[in-house]
Amino acid sequence: MTTSPTHSMLPTRYRVTGNRRETADTHTLCLAPSDSPIPHFRGGQFTMLYVFGVGEIPLSISGSPLVGDDVLVHTVRAVGAVSAALCRAEPGTVVGVRGPFGTGWDVARARGRDLLFVAGGIGLAPLRPALLEALRARRDHGFITVIAGAKTPSEHLYGAEDESWLARGVTVLRTVDRLPPDSGPGQPEPWAGPVGLVTDLLPRLRLRPERTTAYLCGPEAMMTHTGTALMGLGMRPAEIEVSLERNMRCGVGMCGHCQLGPDFVCLDGPVTTLDHAEPLLAVREL
Amino acid sequence: MRTTVGSMDATKTVPTGTQAPPRRAVIAAEALDDLLTALRMAGFEPVGPIVGAGAIVLDGLSSAADLPHGRGSATAPGSYRLTERADGAVFGHSGGPQSWKQFVHPARRRLFSADRDPATGDIALRDEAGDAVRPVTRYAFIGVRPCDLAAIRVLNQALRRAPEADDGPFIVAVECTEPGATCFCASAGTGPGCADRVGEFDLALVELDRRFLVTVGSARGDAILDAVPHSPVPGGLLETARSAVADAAGRMGRTLPATDLRVLLARTADAERWDDVASRCLTCGNCTMVCPTCFCTSVEDTTDLSGDHAERWESWDSCFDIDYSYIHGGSVRTSAKSRYRQWLTHKFGTWHDQFGTSGCVGCGRCIAWCPVGIDVTEELAALGDETTAAAPVADSDGAR
Repeated sequence: MTTSPTHSMLPTRYRVTGNRRETADTHTLCLAPSDSPIPHFRGGQFTMLYVFGVGEIPLSISGSPLVGDDVLVHTVRAVGAVSAALCRAEPGTVVGVRGPFGTGWDVARARGRDLLFVAGGIGLAPLRPALLEALRARRDHGFITVIAGAKTPSEHLYGAEDESWLARGVTVLRTVDRLPPDSGPGQPEPWAGPVGLVTDLLPRLRLRPERTTAYLCGPEAMMTHTGTALMGLGMRPAEIEVSLERNMRCGVGMCGHCQLGPDFVCLDGPVTTLDHAEPLLAVREL
Repeated sequence: MRTTVGSMDATKTVPTGTQAPPRRAVIAAEALDDLLTALRMAGFEPVGPIVGAGAIVLDGLSSAADLPHGRGSATAPGSYRLTERADGAVFGHSGGPQSWKQFVHPARRRLFSADRDPATGDIALRDEAGDAVRPVTRYAFIGVRPCDLAAIRVLNQALRRAPEADDGPFIVAVECTEPGATCFCASAGTGPGCADRVGEFDLALVELDRRFLVTVGSARGDAILDAVPHSPVPGGLLETARSAVADAAGRMGRTLPATDLRVLLARTADAERWDDVASRCLTCGNCTMVCPTCFCTSVEDTTDLSGDHAERWESWDSCFDIDYSYIHGGSVRTSAKSRYRQWLTHKFGTWHDQFGTSGCVGCGRCIAWCPVGIDVTEELAALGDETTAAAPVADSDGAR
């Protein structure tokens, strides 16, 4: 009753300055602050994005944390009322932003090491800031590899960026779960790449397990399976970072929804290391 | 802003620690009206127990006559009944269906409102809950049981608020001499006494046959006592009061297992007992609503018919609700077993990891208001038995 930190529940106004369609159901929004901007973010952190009268959802930031122009970049997949409204948002639309919340990818600790990014679907969006951060200091790192999985070829995100990543010495491997009838060579959805899970690509890597730090983001099963596979290849779980997803309403550890065992994922996550996350994720319905 | 008026300066007169005994006095039952008047004069709005809707509920007190004179309560798993008392006791009841949570952490409040200019699409946001706009009602909580006193502390901590400072509600605690059949504060370590928790309350009372022994717990409590007719403590009364409170510890209807519950619950994620309790649990969430420390909330965004005025409301939520753990693709905890496990494990186990204390204060409300009478002390004991029974197997495995 004395101090009520509800100011953290009041959004800051941002205006949509760009809305780019990535896939059939996924858009990337650029937001510029109308009021004083939210504090600087780290890759892997998330904001709570409010659409007037519709509601608020947690969204990882997918822009570069190193660009100092206060513009927030979010890649959104339309799966509910709020995310669908965001995907439809025209430039000029005013939205509310709270955050940034949670923990971020620790790229700085991987100085001098190989980096392996493994993404499932929209999971590439929260990893993008960490990749961009690593590319900004490219010489600080050894091999950088991105493995991205999508259900179908047309669902791959940021395909247009592959060239710039390749130019910076990044190995980019993209795979699809399946090929729809209209895809494949010479079809409307051309696909010459592999078909299968991201874990299928791991044995192909020239992985140096002792000197690699991995960053995983995607569906929980994809992350745990990838983590298990990487450990099977000799990596330590403390060198594998994952981004967890739980229901979030407040972002500041007070609504209770995001609990995972002792963790408040909004405070202790979303990014954590696999040695911490694995025992928690191993308990069904925890 | 702290209220520091003359003798109310906290730093000067708060009795601390064991060096100096706290100030004590006796007030007559008839002086409760003077107490309420003194509190009102000091700018507080007294709220406390009254009889309403067949239970002892918490509401505004216009006079001491509103208090439940001569009423008690009889509780059991899944049962709560008001009783008559021949002794006319004012605080002769255990916790009712409500707790001070409804004032400290209201069930529903507006967080912000927003107006959209239909011409420009611009939005104006108005803070409805921040410090700057917080309602200025200063409550005086009358009749806070030691378990509930602990609950206020635990709740504030979970909500990341500073401990109730001297601009918080004025707290008149009443040490417990009437534990109910579902009570277990003694084994939860929060009661039945609280006189040694100076600083957590402003005044602490022990009800003794139409009079009250008063212990002063703060500078502002000291000032309020000055404004109420009181007399020195007669010889022997302090001992009588202490033994009445100590006796209550021996009359608790329930006891927590004497084991480290945090350790126990960390080991029992796969216990069979969860299936057993899930076969009884209706996942109604009553336990979380009556719990004085359950703090979870949800938010709801609404608009008016014009579509240009929107609001966000926060309201209590329950980890038993299937939507509570919803993420795209489905809820994390769909089975009753996992939802009950989440509640019990959080309350008695992971709360320690998060806040360094148990989330349970032993008030017993969750037992009385569980429609099927699930008893947390019984469930914890059964989990303990199952773990103990399983232990020798693990040992023999280890020995091989």
